[in-house]
Amino acid sequence: MSGAKSTLGTMILSLGAITIIAGALLAGVAEATSEPIAEANKQKQVDAIKAVATAQFDNDPAASAETITDLCDDKGHNVIVFPLYSGEELTGAAVESYTPNAFSGFFTIMVGFDVDGNITGYEVVKHEETAGLGAKMQDWFRDPAGHRNVIGMNPGVNNMTVSKDGGEVDAITAATISSRAFLDAIDRAYKGYNQYKASKNNEL
Amino acid sequence: MNSKLRILYNGIVADNPTFVLLLGMCPTLGTTSSALTGMSMGLATMGVLICSNVVISMIKNLVPSKVRIPAFIVVIATFVTLLQMLMEAYVPALYAALGIFIPLIVVNCILLGRAEAFASRHSVGDSLFDGIGIGLGFTIALTILGAVREFLGTGCIFGASIYPEQYGALMFILAPGAFIALGLLVAAFNAIRTRTAK
Amino acid sequence: MLTLSLSPHIHTSLTVRRCMGHVIIALLPAVAFSLFYFGIGALIVIVSAIIGCVATEWLIDKYMLGRKPSIGNLSAVLTGLLLALNLPSNLPVWTVLVGSIVAIGIGKMAFGGLGCNTFNPALVGRVFLLLSFPVLMTTWPLPEVNRLTYLDATTGPTILGALKMDPQGDMVANFDMMNKALGMSGGSIGEIGAIAILLGLVYLLCVRIISWHIPVSIIATVAVFAWACGAPVGIELLSGGLLFGAVFMATDYVTSPMSHRGMLLYGVLIGAITFIIRQWGAYPEGMSFAILIMNGFTPLINRYIKPRKFGERSVKA
Repeated sequence: MSGAKSTLGTMILSLGAITIIAGALLAGVAEATSEPIAEANKQKQVDAIKAVATAQFDNDPAASAETITDLCDDKGHNVIVFPLYSGEELTGAAVESYTPNAFSGFFTIMVGFDVDGNITGYEVVKHEETAGLGAKMQDWFRDPAGHRNVIGMNPGVNNMTVSKDGGEVDAITAATISSRAFLDAIDRAYKGYNQYKASKNNEL
Repeated sequence: MNSKLRILYNGIVADNPTFVLLLGMCPTLGTTSSALTGMSMGLATMGVLICSNVVISMIKNLVPSKVRIPAFIVVIATFVTLLQMLMEAYVPALYAALGIFIPLIVVNCILLGRAEAFASRHSVGDSLFDGIGIGLGFTIALTILGAVREFLGTGCIFGASIYPEQYGALMFILAPGAFIALGLLVAAFNAIRTRTAK
Repeated sequence: MLTLSLSPHIHTSLTVRRCMGHVIIALLPAVAFSLFYFGIGALIVIVSAIIGCVATEWLIDKYMLGRKPSIGNLSAVLTGLLLALNLPSNLPVWTVLVGSIVAIGIGKMAFGGLGCNTFNPALVGRVFLLLSFPVLMTTWPLPEVNRLTYLDATTGPTILGALKMDPQGDMVANFDMMNKALGMSGGSIGEIGAIAILLGLVYLLCVRIISWHIPVSIIATVAVFAWACGAPVGIELLSGGLLFGAVFMATDYVTSPMSHRGMLLYGVLIGAITFIIRQWGAYPEGMSFAILIMNGFTPLINRYIKPRKFGERSVKA
């Protein structure tokens, strides 16, 4: 092993120089990338909202987001309504919702509604359900086969429980608990959306 | 054989970091659920490895040997953080897929191992080729492992369907399948290596 | 070799082949039960698993290891039979074959063949299938006398699944101990008739293939835990793979401890892990996982709990 002599002076000098150069380099790149990173993150949220909502909107849903506090729990699971407006008119919303009844505890989904409360789409945001069983929900509940598809249903009109419980939705094969939990999360999202609409009507 | 080519060959075959040295197992097992993520992780590691090898080889005579390890770690961590910020800014989809494994490149023992065992004793040019060779070896190994797991688990390779997904053995996508697939590949790689050496 | 216990050895006519033969005979009541309740489906699964296991062992011996095939000692036949009895009776043949290849190829031959494997091969195959094809592996045909159909059988949850989903539901409330003992409930092929399994246990004890330590300690541990946690003891004991696992899977010579004290520790821990998985885990049944986990601990148990030396007397203080 070659290298300079290890005296206190050379050690401090060399480590100091390396860290200063590294720090300067990092600061420079952090500065240069902070804007694209913020933009990418915002784009991600807008993409998620666009993926579930079909309504026209021209507002910034993230800026006017509202958390429905009485549907949240004390473990940091929230129901957040991202309202969509075209001008002054409410055209629908994307609602982040959760369920405490999942097979592995909790999962979070994003559900899109139009102004009447019909489901326009959904995305599973975060989950720990069993791969191959509960984890199928991302595709299962938009599959046109049988009575799986929940898109176009309205929790206020349709009986959105699994067919085993007398409802209109086919549960995932061998994953009834996850299916019930999924519909529970949709129901919670719908309630959040209604509360949001009611509070807006009261303000008017 | 040309000495530079020899270094490349050692990195890819004789000292393959995954199949022979068994280094960097955490990202190997964690990111290879598909061929694409495996390859991305391999390339990301290769990028950092080439940069860190070159820089460490350049500063090897300036750094006192008692503080060489902290100095190497600062160099490696700097490159990893740069890579992380650049990926988050310009390829957010890939960044989301590789997730927590990017910062973990810092503790990937391949990087420190090559810095200590190779770059701090060889010329800048040789260290560059060692970085490329070991990096390619790692990338190839991760791509093969990812492809095998993706093929057995979902019936696809690089997302192209080979047989219907319902026949795929899901376990190969999950963590236990990573261990089994890696074990079988290490056995196969070494069987081929010893057979050709004879 | 792990198959042998420490010296002194008694010279007997008990060969590997005879030993395997006894276990197969002990499994016959369970096989008869399964044919009665699951009909042609059970037959197809059992036959394909045995053929799959024997063929895999023969091919690996002949072409990969280049040695004389060892299938004559019946151990591959037994692995195939045990694997089949741990599967649902409507499992497609290709899945059974995949399970057989994994059981023999990865579970046994990769370690060097009979006597060298750390984990019970049949369970390796079963757990591989369970994690790989969860839907196929958890749709259980309901027992139905003299069934002739194979794939389109009516299915339903097992009693353990029902217990997990809905502990106050009809299925738990209407659970009939006698029916369960006689095999009238869904489940894997071999685990449905408690009486048939107990007949097998009595046979194995009589011909001294196994000792009472492992099965009794597993069953007693689960019973105590269930009683202490307020779970229905009868259901916990008679349902799922508990009895079948305790009698036939956990007692595998190669993968269980050699000394009697070691066996008791091994059994108690299997019972505890099984109950923990059933009660708090993600899966309704944890017997296979518990046995595999404890298989991994067997070398450690053998190292620290050694059989008493021949002629050694305990010194009374």
